[in-house]
Amino acid sequence: MSRFNDDNLRLAKEIIGRYPKARSATIPLLHLAQQQEGHLSDEAMAHVAELVGATPAEVLGTASFYEMFKFEPVGRYLINICGTMSCALGGSDELLAHAEKVLGVKVGGTTADGLFTLERAECQAACTEAPNMQVNYRHCHRMTNELFDRLVDDLRSGRRDGDIPAHGTLARVRQQIPAERAVGPAALDDRGAPAWLPAKEVGG
Amino acid sequence: MSDTVKPTETTPQVASDPDAVSITVNGVEHAARKGQLLIDALADAGEYVPRFCYHERLSPVGKCRMCLVECDTGRGPAITVSCMVPVAPGMKVDTQGETTKRMQEGVLELFLANHPLDCPVCDKGGECPLQDQAVSHGPGESRYLEEKRHFEKPIAVSDLVYLDRERCILCDRCTRFADEVGSDALIHFAGRGNNTYITTFPDQPFASYFSGNTVQICPVGALTARPYRFKARPWDLRQQESTCTTCAVGCRIAVQSSHDEVLRHLGVDSDPVNHGWLCDRGRFNYEQLHSADRVLQPLVRAGDDLLPATWSEALAEAATALGAAKAAGGAGSIAVLGGARGTNEDAYAWARLAHEVIGTPNVYAQMGDGLPADLLVLERATIDEAAAASTVVLIGPDLKEELPVLYLRLREAAVKGRTRLLEFTPKLSGLSTVAWRSIAYEPGTLTAAIDTALADDQIAAQLASGPVVVVAGRANLAESSTATVQAVRTVLAKVPGSTVLPAFRRGNVIGALQVGMRPTEGGLDTRGVLQAAADGGIECLVLLGADPVADFPDADLARRALAGARRVIAVDTFLTASSAQADVVLAACAFAEKAGTTTNIEGRVSPVARQVTPAGSTRPDWMIAVELAEALGGDLGYDDVGQITADIAENVDGYTRVTPEALSAAADGVVAYAPTGIGPVALLAGEAPARSSYDFRLIVSRTLYDQAEGTAHSPSLAHLTTATTVHVNPLDLGRIGTTDGATVKLTSSKASVVCTITGDESVLRGTAWMPFRHPGVDPRELIDCFAHTTDLRIENP
Ligand code: SF4
Ligand code: SF4
Ligand code: FES
Repeated sequence: MSRFNDDNLRLAKEIIGRYPKARSATIPLLHLAQQQEGHLSDEAMAHVAELVGATPAEVLGTASFYEMFKFEPVGRYLINICGTMSCALGGSDELLAHAEKVLGVKVGGTTADGLFTLERAECQAACTEAPNMQVNYRHCHRMTNELFDRLVDDLRSGRRDGDIPAHGTLARVRQQIPAERAVGPAALDDRGAPAWLPAKEVGG
Repeated sequence: MSDTVKPTETTPQVASDPDAVSITVNGVEHAARKGQLLIDALADAGEYVPRFCYHERLSPVGKCRMCLVECDTGRGPAITVSCMVPVAPGMKVDTQGETTKRMQEGVLELFLANHPLDCPVCDKGGECPLQDQAVSHGPGESRYLEEKRHFEKPIAVSDLVYLDRERCILCDRCTRFADEVGSDALIHFAGRGNNTYITTFPDQPFASYFSGNTVQICPVGALTARPYRFKARPWDLRQQESTCTTCAVGCRIAVQSSHDEVLRHLGVDSDPVNHGWLCDRGRFNYEQLHSADRVLQPLVRAGDDLLPATWSEALAEAATALGAAKAAGGAGSIAVLGGARGTNEDAYAWARLAHEVIGTPNVYAQMGDGLPADLLVLERATIDEAAAASTVVLIGPDLKEELPVLYLRLREAAVKGRTRLLEFTPKLSGLSTVAWRSIAYEPGTLTAAIDTALADDQIAAQLASGPVVVVAGRANLAESSTATVQAVRTVLAKVPGSTVLPAFRRGNVIGALQVGMRPTEGGLDTRGVLQAAADGGIECLVLLGADPVADFPDADLARRALAGARRVIAVDTFLTASSAQADVVLAACAFAEKAGTTTNIEGRVSPVARQVTPAGSTRPDWMIAVELAEALGGDLGYDDVGQITADIAENVDGYTRVTPEALSAAADGVVAYAPTGIGPVALLAGEAPARSSYDFRLIVSRTLYDQAEGTAHSPSLAHLTTATTVHVNPLDLGRIGTTDGATVKLTSSKASVVCTITGDESVLRGTAWMPFRHPGVDPRELIDCFAHTTDLRIENP
């Protein structure tokens, strides 16, 4: 269950084909693994390592650098309430306290039904819309307690399924690259410029 | 500093370099080399810049900022990371100014903000770059009052290495080593910023053959070696430079002891040989010196028992045995096997005893598990020449398993794009992934594989493009060495001018062969001796640190030989499968208990130091030879080891330059080639038969951690050996009708054994691999040393 399923394995191989060095596909593949499972399990990271020709320790090292990769299961909806200056002035502390009460979990916790994980985040680059929060990295501007309650209600009943996919899904639409434009693997001792660099750039 | 132990030699003058770049260091002109990093140029100019992350043998990363200096490139003084910036003409560097000082203090204060005050209980205390540089360049006081980071400690990142994360300063040395040099990137940084830490992947320990190097280069006590933890304080250690004789790479080491006990080996940076690296086997197998199983005094057989005896009793017993043998069957009925585990002096004294005093031609240091000494007459290459050649042709064992630091050198050459590796191997090896071409062949078809490869246009063009070095060794103990000898000759004939680096494995095998432990006119090689012994033709068999019962590829013949030899004398450090059957056991000193010289695969002779008192009443092999000669009425004329070194220089071809004076002046040893032609090698006639499609062709080869005496008697290493299983390609499991982990019956022309089977993608279809000298089933039972190859029927039991 933790390794890529057949569809995703096919997709993973296609993604790898877009890069001259398989390792460059590490992060896209980690996103794919997180999309499949909601978080990165050890087995998933080991599978990514196998596919890109790295060691699992290297994959773990890369993944753990990034806050958006989760190593423990998180809820179907990951709620990040911004706590940086503008949002704090706009009332995000109160919003957070309200969220804790409504969901019945503390910051960092996941509801018993596995639906929500609540986190506090740093600046989400939406200061003009304070207080801001995100659900699965989709912005919710100028939040109030009432808007929050309605959002939770909508998420619970599936009314937002159209615009907020499950946690781990970054984009609904995948970039399509025709097979003939894939770069394919570079030979081990190929020290030349990557195939996708136009000749004029190489010449300097 | 402990992490860069340097040989005691002065570096050549930079000024003579045509690529000189003139820079000013603290107001004084200095000629640096073009492309040189500023930090190295400053060191050459006598200004050692403090550092943590920079290491001459790793790529620079600029991680710790300890090496900051003020540097003016014409645009005014700027703070510069000296390990990341190459020298440029006209650079003006200030390493002493106020700004530099303040930066250094700031960097150290930040490091110490989280570093624990562990020094009194830390292995590194006393030789710690952080401790030293905090004193020499630190602020003396800290403004931080905050709680430091805390972690669980220590964490065993492998069986040999422990990690104290609190002490780690995130210098990236261990991780860079693991990735760049060791090729096992099994430790890595995780997390980010202040929460960064070193980790392994869950359930995947840092099981690298080279893990001990990270302990040596860690600039703090974050990584410690289990065998050494809490054993000594650095200021209590005495040390001498020496040479590792565990395998024939001959890495330079510092042997350190306290209270007359060897406690640690550190790698010494020898540019032509090991670059400061050691394998874990060579680094940690000093533990065998203290093993309770050591033979501490001579033993003489009384019925079924070997009983302790005095030296005079044992020597008299041995002399009587030799005399009786000579009387019964002539000198030709005596054979001396071994010598590869000692020094050149040991081997030379024994060769003289055997050839001159006893008068037998049957002397050999090869155990039938390598290649014939004849290969040593070929034009030889050094390790540096191999690592700089345009093509290295590998015909031999997995170097990672047999000659680990040679593997590191060739891997580096391949990865950096200097050298292309053209590998012929019966099974994927440690170098296959970095080889330019890795050609897998089925045993019995090597010469054909070479012929096909050399006919390929690309390969031919590559071989014609520059110097070619052939690294030649025995890839498969279940195939006769004839195949390899023929293959090497084929390459040499078709690629004129190519040279050979012999991948012989045992510590001083090349030295022993070169100084005389080889048959003279009409003499027998090891297989010949064992055959003669089995047939009752050997009156006395002398085993000089040799263990044919455990090492000779044909177990059955070795067993019959020991049973058939009328008298057996063993000179050994342990009671091995062979020496335990001897009539007299002469107790020998081990490594670090005797001085002398050793010769590596290149022919490089370097000194071996005596660092501790010999255990019990053990004696060096050469001394035993001198005394035995005397008991036989001869006189070798030696009473100290230096005389033998001088005698070798005087009398052995190729060793004229290897005088005691030359050795003490040359930090990296002196290269000596002594031709060792012993007449036509005993090649097997005919050709390998074709394999029937029902059978599997057997490959038997060594791994680093086998049951060799030194490993088996070093507790930290002994448990790293795994039980023997037979490996076949996963696709062949179905063909046999079995599954991974099941039990199967293996039948060869010699024997039938029952063994666990493993699916292994590194094994070719139609072949089967078994490790040599691992616990459990012994594949040598299946091998017939008079056959070209060994074929197996694999069935359900
Ligand atoms: S463990 Fe040692 S070598 Fe590794 S990063 Fe930390 S301080 Fe550096
Ligand atoms: S590679 Fe050989 S010589 Fe070097 S440390 Fe290991 S065993 Fe010793
Ligand atoms: S030594 Fe230069 S940054 Fe570490």
